[in-house]
This record gives sequence, C-alpha cells and structure tokens, in this order.
Amino acid sequence: MEFRLKTPLSTEDVLSLQAGDLIWISGTVYTARDKVHTLLRSTGGLPVDLGGSAIYHCGPLIQGDEVISAGPTTSSRMTRYTQEVVDKGVKVIIGKGGISEATEFLKGKAAYLAYPGGCGALAARRLKIKGIHYSEMGMAEALWVLDAKNFGPMIVAIDSKGRDLYQEVKQSAEETLKEMLKNRQ
Amino acid sequence: MRPEYLEEATVAVLKKAETTLPGWVTELIEKAALKETHPVAKSQLEAIVENLKIAAQEEIPICQDTGLPIFHIELGRDLKVSFDLEKTVAEGVRKATQSIPLRPNAVNPLTRINTDDNTGQGMPDLILDLVEGENLRITAFPKGAGSENMGFLGMLNPADDPLEFVLKELATRIGKACPPVFVGVGIGGTFDLSARLAKKALIKMPGSSNMELDLLARINQLKIGPMGLGGDTTALGVKIETACCHTASLPVAVNIQCWANRSASAIVGEEGWNLD
Repeated sequence: MEFRLKTPLSTEDVLSLQAGDLIWISGTVYTARDKVHTLLRSTGGLPVDLGGSAIYHCGPLIQGDEVISAGPTTSSRMTRYTQEVVDKGVKVIIGKGGISEATEFLKGKAAYLAYPGGCGALAARRLKIKGIHYSEMGMAEALWVLDAKNFGPMIVAIDSKGRDLYQEVKQSAEETLKEMLKNRQ
Repeated sequence: MRPEYLEEATVAVLKKAETTLPGWVTELIEKAALKETHPVAKSQLEAIVENLKIAAQEEIPICQDTGLPIFHIELGRDLKVSFDLEKTVAEGVRKATQSIPLRPNAVNPLTRINTDDNTGQGMPDLILDLVEGENLRITAFPKGAGSENMGFLGMLNPADDPLEFVLKELATRIGKACPPVFVGVGIGGTFDLSARLAKKALIKMPGSSNMELDLLARINQLKIGPMGLGGDTTALGVKIETACCHTASLPVAVNIQCWANRSASAIVGEEGWNLD
C-alpha cells in the first residue's frame, strides 16, 4: 500500500501502516541524532512539541538557509532512546538500518520508516528549513525544524504491530549462511 | 611543481567525487535497479538512481555525509616537491568545505569538538605511494561513517578460513552499512597493514579474480538487499589485497564502502593539473 501522511500524526494514522508500505510525508519533521537524544535524556524534554511528530535521524548539510543534502544517518546509535522518544508522542521515527532491539517500544504507538540511505540530494528537494535549535552543537548535531513536502519514498520497515523487516531479513540471511558454510566443508 | 596546482586539484577532485560517482559505479547501480526482483529493493535502488541524477545536475553532494577527507597520492619519483604535501592538501580541503560545500565532519576524538573545516590532527589522511614518473596523481576518496563504522579486523589463527570469517561478519554488518556495498578485504601483513590493504582494495575496486567473484556471489545469496530490507542486490563489488604475513599470524581486515563509492583523480605536474 502507499500512503501520503501529514504531520501531526494520530495514533490511527500509524496503526494503519504495515511493514513494506510506501510512505510520503508532508508537514514538520525534526532532525535528531546523537546529541539531541542525549539532551532529551538528560533534560527530560526538547524545545519543540513532539506530540504526533516525525523525527528524522539526519545530520543535514546546510548552506545559508538552504538544505543542500539531507539523507538519513544510521539509526542503531539512537536505538537506546526509543522508549523516551515514543513516550514523548513521536509517531514516526525516520532513519536507516533500523532499531531492531527496540521494536517492542513501538508497539501500538509508533512506526519506524526507512528513507533510502545516501539519497541526500533527493531528500533536499523535498525539505525546507523552518528553524534551528542547539546550533552550537554544530550543523550535523543541531535540531533542525524542517518543512517537508512529499518527503519520500520511505518504507515502513518496523510497523506498530511489531513486524520488523530487518529482523526477518537477518534471520533468513543467518539460515542461508549456515547452509552455505555447511556445504563449504 | 607549484603548490597552487596541488591545492586547486584537491578542490577539483573533491568536488567531482562528492557530486558524481565514477561511470562504472553508476552503471552497476542502474543495472541492479533494472534486474532487482524484490519490490521494496527496487524502490530503494530507483531512489538511488534518481538521487544520482539530481546531485549531478545541481552539482550538489550525493550524500549529506560528505565523509572524512581521504586521499591516495601516487608520487612520481622524478617529480620535485619542495613544499609540504599535507599542508597543501589540507588547504584544498578547507577551501572545498566552503565552496562545494562539505559538511564539517572532523571532530577531536575525545572532546568531540568539531574543527569546522574537515581538517585537523591526522586529517586529511594521505595514503602515499611512490611510483615511476614525473607527475603526481591525487585521488579523493571521501569516506562516510555509515559504512566505515561497519568495518572489522581479526587476528585469526593461521588454520582458520579467512573467507569464512569475512562472510560470517559481513552477514551481521552489511545491513547497516547502506547496501548495496563494495567490500575491500585485506589479508596478511600485520595488524595495521591488513587495514591499509583493505582500504586500498576499496580504492582499486572492482576485483575480477575467482576468489573475489565467489565471495561477491555468496554475499548476494544472503539476500540482505538494499538498505538491509531484503532483495537481490547486497554487494556490487569485492576486491581482495594480500601481503605476506608472519608464519604465526593471519590478519584479516574488511573495509566496507556504501553504494556511494565516491572517488575522482587528477594528475598534477610541473605544467599544471588535469582531472584524470
């Protein structure tokens, strides 16, 4: 299925998404990577309203007030903060590579969307800058408030029912590997 | 040779590497997108192809992770260089960071403070080889962290099978390295030499020996697919470099490169410089 979503998102929006669906998002998207997550943990909040929001694991390349390139960063580094992020009302987490150890925290509440890694130039065409917080943390680590227009294509990689495409792929790869090594001996 | 030539060439190779991929890399990705049978995987590969077109048209970086500045320098032994190579290339990196622009990625490893210009202690990293001739060839090989973080090194028992080690580790790591990937393998040498061989293997990609093609086929049989979401296209190339090692050792290092296998070269000499 294909969905065009608009932020703020409701729980119903998220519950209807299934692993493998294609998604495009419009509205406000917040970038958040390592340092923003550390701050969320240490201060208990962020200067933006995370209710119904989409956060994007991304350290964009910005020049002046223009997004030059803005693909996703590896989400696994942020996996440990998933519960706090979802408790604050975040409905979709966008990134690459997944947050497989935290799938349970998404259940009934949120989904993880995979934006194709490295596609920074494509992403930049769909994103405009609305604001910035924590600029002192540097271009990559700051919290950028972005206005998205048909930002995608994203894949629902982990849905709110706990189906996780990364986990499925990993298990099947492990089985193939076992067979392969058996035959090699 | 005048230092300005090398500085200008540094900016030019970085600009070319950051905004366009070598023709053979683009071709491999386009072919994979056509052949891919898994719908999710196809959507990822098609997005990559579109992304490459936009970056080339608008002359903007393919990926926001414009990487750390790594350069391979092949220095002709008959070329007279009477200036500091490292400082000159560093100046080119500083200028390129402003003009292209590049994301400032270099930080102090302990304080994590960003140097803001992609240079600093140990950066840029110059891999220097002395070669025949009277020119210098500089290759920019900017390296993003997503794939670099998934690299690994093992000091194996000489009785171990190095390719089995490589395959087992890759199976758990490739999904997070922005596949489809290129895999550089260094076998032999010492602890540090094996890692250097793995990096050089990436720069010399792609391989064509039976061993390299066999490893490539096996990686793709794992069906990890683009971005680890499943599919036929997991790796696009494998290159293996070897060096003699101690009879009691078997160092094996793997350096992974995401699909954005960025590199561009220029030849610099007494008369000036040209993109290669």
